[in-house]
Amino acid sequence: MAAARKTAKVASAPLTEPSVRDDGRERSLVTPEGVDLKLRLGDAGERAAALLIDLAIMAGVMIAFALLALLALVGAKGKGWEVIGTLALLVFFVLRNLYFVLFELTPGAATPGKRAMGLRVAARNGGRLTADAIFARNAMREIELYLPLSFLASNGDQVGAWLNLLGLLWCAVFVLFPLFNRDRLRVGDLVAGTWVVKAPTRKLAPDLVETSRPSVGRFKFTMAQLDAYGVKELHVLEDVLRRYETKTIALVAARIRLKIDWKAAPDESDGDFLAAYYAALRGRLESRLLLGKRRKDKHDKG
Amino acid sequence: MAELHLKSYRFRAEREDDWRRLEKLLTKVGKGSPNALSDEELLALPVLYRQALSSLSVARATSLDQGLVDYLESLSTRAYFLVYGTRSNLAERLGGFFGRAWPQAARALWRETLASFLLTLIGVAAAYFLTLHDPDWFSAFVPDGLAGGRGPTASVEAMRATLYDKGEHHGLSVFAAFLFTHNSGVAIFAFALGFAFCLPTAMLMAYNGAMLGAFLAVFGMRGLGFEAGGWLAIHGVTEISAVILAGAAGLKIGWTLAFPGDLSRPAAMAQAGRQAATLMAGVVVMLFCAGILEGVGRQVIQNDLARYGVALATLVAWPAYLYLPRRRSAA
Repeated sequence: MAAARKTAKVASAPLTEPSVRDDGRERSLVTPEGVDLKLRLGDAGERAAALLIDLAIMAGVMIAFALLALLALVGAKGKGWEVIGTLALLVFFVLRNLYFVLFELTPGAATPGKRAMGLRVAARNGGRLTADAIFARNAMREIELYLPLSFLASNGDQVGAWLNLLGLLWCAVFVLFPLFNRDRLRVGDLVAGTWVVKAPTRKLAPDLVETSRPSVGRFKFTMAQLDAYGVKELHVLEDVLRRYETKTIALVAARIRLKIDWKAAPDESDGDFLAAYYAALRGRLESRLLLGKRRKDKHDKG
Repeated sequence: MAELHLKSYRFRAEREDDWRRLEKLLTKVGKGSPNALSDEELLALPVLYRQALSSLSVARATSLDQGLVDYLESLSTRAYFLVYGTRSNLAERLGGFFGRAWPQAARALWRETLASFLLTLIGVAAAYFLTLHDPDWFSAFVPDGLAGGRGPTASVEAMRATLYDKGEHHGLSVFAAFLFTHNSGVAIFAFALGFAFCLPTAMLMAYNGAMLGAFLAVFGMRGLGFEAGGWLAIHGVTEISAVILAGAAGLKIGWTLAFPGDLSRPAAMAQAGRQAATLMAGVVVMLFCAGILEGVGRQVIQNDLARYGVALATLVAWPAYLYLPRRRSAA
């Protein structure tokens, strides 16, 4: 009785988990060659983090410049203040208005903060990202970022405080704009026709079939055993093998052995068994693909 | 070892070198500029990109290795952005901007420019007559910080002195830089505010005009109208035109948001936004010129007629540059 309950618990383990791929952030981008690249949008958290990193960098540069200017002034006994004053104003202007623009004009189309979060700016229509679009999306920061900040920073008397609060509420519409539309567009994105997408640089992971080569030969599966699962389960299995968490491996191995009625040899390791089953299942599904039969999942009898 | 005869395994083995090569090129560009690539690499790039794309299509259809498909998706996307990204160099871009884009944007937004101009004019007229009628209005239009001692209570001599501050040539570049950065900030703000359905931008335009009108009124009351005109116009023509254009860009944004026309709202917004942004870049250039004229030109040139001369030159040059028809062949 206890054993039966245990297997029932194992049976509800990860192989039935829904795929994590589709979470509503995928958008299609069809290249002129006609291939859909399936972009993923950056989410609000990532973008907020990117902005914070950028603001920190800007503040850092400003502080460093101020210290340098102070040192120079002390060194020159106050003589070069004109040059330094001019420079200070221009540095501040460039940081405030051109920091985002200049970085987004580079081939990466991303500020250091976006780069760190694996984000980039792209044109929504799939065309070139033009300089005027970059300028437009960043000029809008004036009402989305700097105006609310100035409301936050200023403190006045009773009336002034109320006015500030009203102003802040008004600004909140712009600040929170990305949370209220499907594509997570800022006001600036809307005006410029851009959006912010994930640009992850993935390494080519080793083929699981190759890494499991030495041990595979020991396992022989029958056709019936291979027909227990479809493509969806194969992908979950691939995910499990790539992560290789001992607990999950053991759970999944137990579940598959139960399903395909596999008698484990005494020295058989769970990892080897799964790798071998993965390779064999993939081979079986691929050969069926060649005949034009794609078996979606285990419920697909096709 | 039947597994090694997997189609997807052979598919990968045959093409992996090309993918790696493309990846290397992408990393190289990511670290430096597009100029980091040699001619040979530049030629190879589109070819490798198309190979990666076709590999992706094949892999999606036939390979069940999700890791491989993910990798090819990321690789193709990166290559796509490079191949179809912004590639023209800075000189070309600047040439295109001054030669075509800026005047084109200015002409396309002529209605908004006219509206912005009229709003400013209304502000000037209202403030001028109100202040003339009752000088107390001055402080309502001009903040104390900007007035700088000028005002209804100052003497004629003191007022005249503010127009000709001889011998005070120290710190001109700081002053010019301050004016440029301040005015650019105001202009970009006017543009961004347009998004809130035009109204804040319209108010800003009228208010900007009102400050001007109030200034003119206090000088006019003391018979210094002509001199004050020269003091203002030498840079003011450029500066006020720039602010009016910035207002026009803002109005365009707000108007399109309210009335997108034939296109869908996001598409119309994107189109209007780019046009307005091009105009805004021009505005910043104009304000840079105005900052130099105001910070340096006005301080060096103390003669009224010479000041009017410069003003007149700018009054002719800007409209001529922006609105005179030109040959279409370049576009």
